[in-house]
Amino acid sequence: MNFNPDAMIILQYGLIHINATLVFTWIVMLLLVGLSAWVTRKLSVDTDIPAWQNLLEVLVIGIHDQIRDISQQNPDRYLPFIGSLFLFIAVSNLLSIIPGYQPPTSSLSTTTALAICVFIAVPLYGIAECGVLAYLRQYLRPTLFMLPFNIIGEFSRTLALAVRLYGNIMSGMVIVGILLSFAPFFFPVLMQLLGLLTGMIQAYIFAVLAMVYIASATTAQHRKNTNRRAIPDNAVNDNEEQI
Amino acid sequence: MSDLSLIGMVSIFTAGITIAIGSIGPALGEGRAVAQALSSIAQQPDEVNTITRTLFVGLAMIESTAIYCFVITMILIFANPFWDYAVKQAGG
Repeated sequence: MNFNPDAMIILQYGLIHINATLVFTWIVMLLLVGLSAWVTRKLSVDTDIPAWQNLLEVLVIGIHDQIRDISQQNPDRYLPFIGSLFLFIAVSNLLSIIPGYQPPTSSLSTTTALAICVFIAVPLYGIAECGVLAYLRQYLRPTLFMLPFNIIGEFSRTLALAVRLYGNIMSGMVIVGILLSFAPFFFPVLMQLLGLLTGMIQAYIFAVLAMVYIASATTAQHRKNTNRRAIPDNAVNDNEEQI
Repeated sequence: MSDLSLIGMVSIFTAGITIAIGSIGPALGEGRAVAQALSSIAQQPDEVNTITRTLFVGLAMIESTAIYCFVITMILIFANPFWDYAVKQAGG
């Protein structure tokens, strides 16, 4: 049994190994970029819009609204990053119904790369929103003694983000593989269906967590200013952060 | 008893124990979370969307502890570094 797409070498030129993870990642990227480019070539603003444009609009507006609900901020800045994360993970998980396809998210290297993207994006958005000093100062909240724990938390949540996605997708594949060996035909199909649901939920979770981390970095300063006026929005923000 | 069989024995035993104990906590936690969410939905049916979204995110966070245990189990069984080392030593 081979569950690791990193170990499946498809092409090899000297020192360069092209493994299954790379190939399937490129396929997903090609699919997403190609489809979007093809659809957005002929956009219309009539009441009668093409079906594919309708699909993309539903997706973009859905992600837009979800980000606004979660972050309570203007979602336009976060839409490209969070939206691409969600679409990439969702498509690469959903394509696993195609025989012979191994989701790139079942390799720890892909999920680590995605988690590192979030790890870098959080301070970038935070600094862009409230400045270097204000961003760094929130590491000292609530007291100076929390500094090491805040820094450890920054790394551990990145690790958790990567291992969560990898573990969920990989475990789905392993369970199907093990079931195939002693209960073929019917039962693995059910587990595969469950795997589709899990893949979709995990894509959603990954995007939501990335958004929550970014929102907690960008609203730190904002919240301190609004505290005096006691806007009811505070309660919402606090709840979101506890996630 | 040779090193190899000892390593194999301990790895498999630990893998079983890891997933067994590691799934108790998340199961209890998820049960509590779902029960609380259901009673919240019963009290405030208007807030179903928010509650469901928060519930799913929370469930995934709780479940991830079980997933960590599962990953450790998989490492112990399929990619055990000590096993590979012992096999290499025994082989030459």
